[in-house]
Amino acid sequence: MKLNDPLTRYVVRLGDDALIMGHRLSEWMSRAPFLEEDIALSNVALDFVGRARLFYQYAAELMGGEVTEDTFAYQRDVRDFTNLLLCELPRGDFAFTLCRQFLYDAFSLPFTQALCHSTDPQLAAIAAKAEKESRYHLRRSSDWMLRLGDGTQESHERCQNALEQLWIYTDEMFECDDLVNDLVVAGVAVNTSSLRSTWLETVTETLRTATLAVPESQGGVTGGRVGIHTDDLGFILAEMQFMQRAYPGLQW
Amino acid sequence: MSDQLQLYEVFIRSSRGLDHKHVGSLHADDPHQALEYARDVYTRRGEGISIWVVASRDITASQESDCESFYDPLDDKPYRHAAMYELPEGVDSL
Amino acid sequence: MSDNMSLVPNEQKFQSRIDAEEKVEPKDWMPEKYRQNLIRQISQHAHSEVIGEQPEGNWISRAPTLERKAILMAKVQDEAGHGLYLYAAAETLGITRDELIDRLHTGASKYASIFNYPSLTWADIGAIGWLVDSAAIVNQVSLQNTSYGPYARAMVKICKEESFHQRQGYNIMMTLMQGAELQRDMAQDALNRWWWPSLMMFGPHDAESAHSAQSMKWKIKRRSNDELRQQFVDQAVQQAQAIGLVVPDPDLSWNEERGHYDFGAIDWQEFQRVVSGNGPCNRQRLAHHVEAHTEGAWVREAMAAFEAKRRTARAEVA
Repeated sequence: MKLNDPLTRYVVRLGDDALIMGHRLSEWMSRAPFLEEDIALSNVALDFVGRARLFYQYAAELMGGEVTEDTFAYQRDVRDFTNLLLCELPRGDFAFTLCRQFLYDAFSLPFTQALCHSTDPQLAAIAAKAEKESRYHLRRSSDWMLRLGDGTQESHERCQNALEQLWIYTDEMFECDDLVNDLVVAGVAVNTSSLRSTWLETVTETLRTATLAVPESQGGVTGGRVGIHTDDLGFILAEMQFMQRAYPGLQW
Repeated sequence: MSDQLQLYEVFIRSSRGLDHKHVGSLHADDPHQALEYARDVYTRRGEGISIWVVASRDITASQESDCESFYDPLDDKPYRHAAMYELPEGVDSL
Repeated sequence: MSDNMSLVPNEQKFQSRIDAEEKVEPKDWMPEKYRQNLIRQISQHAHSEVIGEQPEGNWISRAPTLERKAILMAKVQDEAGHGLYLYAAAETLGITRDELIDRLHTGASKYASIFNYPSLTWADIGAIGWLVDSAAIVNQVSLQNTSYGPYARAMVKICKEESFHQRQGYNIMMTLMQGAELQRDMAQDALNRWWWPSLMMFGPHDAESAHSAQSMKWKIKRRSNDELRQQFVDQAVQQAQAIGLVVPDPDLSWNEERGHYDFGAIDWQEFQRVVSGNGPCNRQRLAHHVEAHTEGAWVREAMAAFEAKRRTARAEVA
């Protein structure tokens, strides 16, 4: 599926981030460390799937014709998906999932806040809803950083390891390619490179309180925005798209 | 293990003008987390606009054995209830 | 009356409270057997909700549309929530959640056997929502009047939330029945596999039910297994017919005199086989729960350690 219109590509990109993040989070359902957390994590997962649907629905509207939200989720292959690599990494242990969430939430909050000011009213409206969710997500994941970072030695080590593994995938959040730069000029998109310092401040402050070290920068791995993914995304899609691939063209 | 988590009682105000009502309990590490879990567990359908959480152990409850001395003496004051006072014919409400 | 004469005064007072439809509340005196009976029933119910997350949770990653995915996530999350409400109700009887989970893991405590069947196709998600949740609701509606206050209140909340569960399941089945032939086959196949286990959910016939008589006397249970099963059959047969599904029971027929459907004999050997551990997924369901709980231990330990550190810090400040 080829997307040409810059706005559509941008909207789908945001939808992809949300869908893949939601997918990874949903894998925790029935597997969380205790029941309250099972329910809380499911809420976050639902927020992300809900967010994906809003972005995809908007993109479908922009495309017109037969395209629906499901077209984007179920009928594109790995090379067409443009989510951040950070979102697709396997869920790992609870520390890995929560560290990923924290690093992403600390980005997502200022991002959605900025997107609220988009000149595109639809994007701004989606952002207004997402921003409220992100505020809660960040509060939750920051709390977990404190508990796990300053909990037992084991939890501290698991978190520190997770952060070291995740860190190289954080650069990509602040990358602005031509697509974004053009839309920034038009007032539509968020200039994410300008969010880096806010993000780093939040992250540094929280990790310090949590007695965790901010990992040394080792450059970043990128590629998600142009469809160069880790091997993991293919397996997500194989599972997610199974029904639509095995029984194409039916109503469910 | 989760024994080490505290038990909290959850109270929710479902809309402005109503009392907080007990809805159940949950386990959490501290009141702050209890509040967040209460939001996730007990307001999944937007049931509330305000939540209270109280550590269960901080609640002092009357005992069944107190019943007689607590409540029975209140039973013999019918004059505190409007229903005791008959209205004359022709007056439907007062 | 002669029955009540043999009771000690406390028990007599307790039974008259029950007979007068007064609710029993946590701090009240209650016979030890009433307490144990309740713990058994509530925890079995709680475990069922939590284990029930699995067969449906299996399909979250494979749901065929985004809307179905979101609905299924909300539903599975509700099951976890209902498990939590019920554990909370059980805890008011003086048992901890850990003890309850431990009983589940050692096999001392059961969960609804139906969750030991696999969810093989998407239609199973429809069948589970429609049949299993309908059966659960029939039972739970009657339990809204159970004699133990916290259990009754949990039931009220659960019933309110679950009405969407059976609707979404039925809606999946209906959509399949309006679709292509392979979809209709898928739906019929799911009904064929889930019908009898759903009937078994109500437990043994009244005459053979081990706990029934006492539970009814204490009003823990309000309606008998067979009564509830009949109500379920009457509803479900109609719903199946309305969308063109065939209930897999050659003996099924409307009994004008009784005003109910007559239905065929339940295969209790199959029921026993699954209850005693040899259903298709018994081991996996339990192993899944044990694994999640065990893997979560370090998280729970970290929380406890964190809280302990803060308590110490607060004490020092004071």
